[in-house]
Amino acid sequence: MQLSGADILVQSLVRHGVDVVFAYPGGASMPLHQALTRHKDRIRTILPRHEQGGGFAAEGYARATGRVGVCMATSGPGATNFVTCLADAKMDSVPILAITGQVKTPVIGSDAFQETPIVEVCRAVTKHHYLVTRTQDISRVVKEAFHVASTGRPGPVIIDLPKDIQDEKIEPDWDPPMDLPGYRPDRKVAPAQLEAVLTLIRQSKRPIIYAGGGIISAAASSWLRMFAERTGIPVALTVHGLGGFPSEHFLCVQMLGMHGTPYANYAINEADLLLAFGVRFDDRVTGKVSEFAKHGKIVHIDIDPSEINKIKQASIPIVGDIQQCLRSMLQIMDNDADQAPSRNAFAEWIRRIEGWREQEPLRFQDRQDAILPQYAIHRMWEIIRDRNGLADTIVTTGVGQHQMWAAQYYRFNTPRTWFTSGGLGAMGFGLPAAIGAQAAFPDKTVIDIDGDGSFVMNIQELACAYCERLPVKVLLLNNQHLGMVMQWEDRFYESNRAHTYLGAGPQEEPYPDFVKIARGFRCNAKCIRHKEDFDDAIIEMLDSKVPYVLDVLVPYQEHVLPMIPGGMTVRDMIKA
Amino acid sequence: MPRYHQDMRHVLSALVHNQPGVLAHVSGMLASRGFNIDSLAVGETEDPNLSRMTFVVHGNDAELEQVRKQLDKIVSVVRVQDISSEDFVERDLMLIKVKASPAQRMEIVLLVEMFRARVVDVSPNDLLVEISGQERKIEAFIDLMRPNGILELARTGRIALVRGMRARDSSGDVP
Repeated sequence: MQLSGADILVQSLVRHGVDVVFAYPGGASMPLHQALTRHKDRIRTILPRHEQGGGFAAEGYARATGRVGVCMATSGPGATNFVTCLADAKMDSVPILAITGQVKTPVIGSDAFQETPIVEVCRAVTKHHYLVTRTQDISRVVKEAFHVASTGRPGPVIIDLPKDIQDEKIEPDWDPPMDLPGYRPDRKVAPAQLEAVLTLIRQSKRPIIYAGGGIISAAASSWLRMFAERTGIPVALTVHGLGGFPSEHFLCVQMLGMHGTPYANYAINEADLLLAFGVRFDDRVTGKVSEFAKHGKIVHIDIDPSEINKIKQASIPIVGDIQQCLRSMLQIMDNDADQAPSRNAFAEWIRRIEGWREQEPLRFQDRQDAILPQYAIHRMWEIIRDRNGLADTIVTTGVGQHQMWAAQYYRFNTPRTWFTSGGLGAMGFGLPAAIGAQAAFPDKTVIDIDGDGSFVMNIQELACAYCERLPVKVLLLNNQHLGMVMQWEDRFYESNRAHTYLGAGPQEEPYPDFVKIARGFRCNAKCIRHKEDFDDAIIEMLDSKVPYVLDVLVPYQEHVLPMIPGGMTVRDMIKA
Repeated sequence: MPRYHQDMRHVLSALVHNQPGVLAHVSGMLASRGFNIDSLAVGETEDPNLSRMTFVVHGNDAELEQVRKQLDKIVSVVRVQDISSEDFVERDLMLIKVKASPAQRMEIVLLVEMFRARVVDVSPNDLLVEISGQERKIEAFIDLMRPNGILELARTGRIALVRGMRARDSSGDVP
C-alpha cells in the first residue's frame, strides 16, 4: 500500500517502540501531525507550549526510560528552538531524536518563509543529522537514527524532513539495510586489560572509583555496587553519576568536584589509584587539571574513544562498555580469588576518609527564622523517605544554586531518578524534563526542584502539564535572584550586583506572583516562608493530583559550599 | 589549551561517506576544537560512495590523537589513519602564472624542465605552469619564480597514499 512520507515516518516511530512524542506543529510539519492523529492509538502526542520545552521533555523521557526520546517541530523558528536541547543532549549523552519539518525541496536555499538550514546549524551539537531528500530514504534514516542515538555513547540525532517529502506517497520498504560504514559503536575489551586493572588495584593502597553518567547509560549501577563491595573501594560520583551508586552506602563519598563533598575531593586528591568509570574529566570535576588526582595512576574506562586521554593521560586506557567491563572484572575475581584485593585491604584508607567525613561533613548553618534552600531539599527528601517513596520519585532541576543543593542534599539511591542539565547548564530544563519523565511514568512522583530564574524560562509548560494531566510538582526555591551568579559576584566581584536581581524592587512583594501564575494555568499552588509550614506544604504538594507549584521564599544570602573555584585545586576549597 | 605550537607534521588520511555536508562537518569540528590545519584536500575515490580527505596537521602526539579520534567520532567518517609514520607518497598540484616577457621565457622554461613541470598556457607577457610534487619542491619552485613576478597561483593541498598497501586502503574491508 502506498503511504505518504509523513505516515511512513510515524509508522517507523511505532515500529521502533515509540509511545510518546513531544510535538509542536507548524506549517512545514502539518503532514506529520496529521499522520500522528492517524496513529494516536499507538503514539501519544504531547503538545508542549514551546519547542524548547518539547526538546527538554524528550530528554526527561529518555533519561527516565533509557529509551530514545522523540520531539518534533516545524521548520525555521520551531527547529532553531531545538538547538539548546540538542546541545544539552550532546553534552550529557542523552539519546533523543528531533524531527523537524523543512520547506519543500524545490525552495530549499531560497530563504523561503520559515526556512533555516537546521542541519547546518545543528552539526556541532548533534551526534548525527539527516536532511531527507527522497521519500524512500525515510524508513532507513529513522532506523539509523535510533541506532546511532541509542548505541555507543548515546546522543541526539536530528532528522529534517521537507514538506514535499512528507506528502509524497510511495510503497515503503520497512526493513532497509542501514548504511553506516563509519559507525562502529561496539568495543570489545580484552580480558588482559581488565586483569591489568585488577593488578593495579591489588598494588594500590588508596584506590577510589570516580563514576559518572556512563554508569547510568550502561545500566551498570548494580554491577558497580558489586564491584565496589567486592573490592572495598570507595565511590565518588559526578553530578550525572548520582543514583548510579547508593548515596547512603557506606562506601559512597557522594559528589566530587567544584561543589562536591570535602571528603570526596580529599580522597581523590590523596588517592594512589583513580578508577574513572564512564566519566569525561569535566572541568567542574577536575578544577586545575595538572593537580587533579596527581598522586595516582589513572584507569579510564569509557565507551567514547575520544574521551580517553582528552584531558588526563590514563595509565590504563580502556574503550568499552562499563557494564561489560565491571561484569568481566567480577567474573575474573570469581574465577580466581587471587585476582581480587585481599579482604580489608583498604580498611585504613576507608578509615581515613571516614575521618575526613566526620571532621568536615556536608553541612549548612540552619536557621529557625527562615526556610533555607538546603533545609527545604533535605527535609523534603526525609519526608519522601519516611513515606517509602524514594525509589518512585524522580527529581529534575533547573540550573544554579538550587541544582547544586539538590545534588548535595537530596540523597539519590536509585539510577534514573535524577535529571539535570549538567554539561550545558541550560536553565529552564527542570519543568519540561519533569513533564517528560511523568509522561514516561504516570504513577511516579516527579518533582522539579527549581529556582525562580530557571523556572520562568519554561514556565509556559505548566499549561502542558495541566492539559496533559501530568501532575508534576515544582519545589520552587525563590530567592529573587540568579543565585549562582550572585554567589560568584559575592566571591569574585565584590558583591556588585550586575543584573542578578529578579525582583521588582525592595518595596514590592516578591515578584512575580508565582501562585497566581500557577493558578492561571489551573495548577495548584501555595507560597510559604515559615519553617513550621514546610512539612504540611510538602505533603500537600506530594499528594496533589494536579500539577503543583510550591513557592518557597528563601533567603538569598546563602552560598553553595564547599566550593573549589574554577581552575583551582582541593587546597583552594572555600568552606565558609 | 594552546593547540597552536608547531610540533610534528602529520598527514592524516580519512575515508568519508560521500554525502553532502561531510566537508562542512569535518572542517567545522576542526575549527570549533581549535585544531590548526595546514592543508586539506578532498576528492572521490575508486568507490563513488567514499571520498578521501587528506589533512596536514601540526601538533604534538596528544593533539594528533585527539584530532584523529574526533574525526573518527563523526558518523560519516569511515576511517582515519595517521600515515605519517608509514611509507607514503605525497603530492601537491599547483598552477602558477608568472610574468614572462619574450626575453625571460627561455630561462623559465628551463627551470620548468628541471622541475619536471609543464607549461600549459603561453600569453604575450606570462606563462601558466603546472607542477606537482612534494611540498618542498613546490615551495622551491615558487621561490625561484618570485623574482619574475608571480601573478596568481592555485594549489590543491596535499594528497597522500601509503605505498603498496592496497588491501588496507581499499574500501573492501570497511565493515
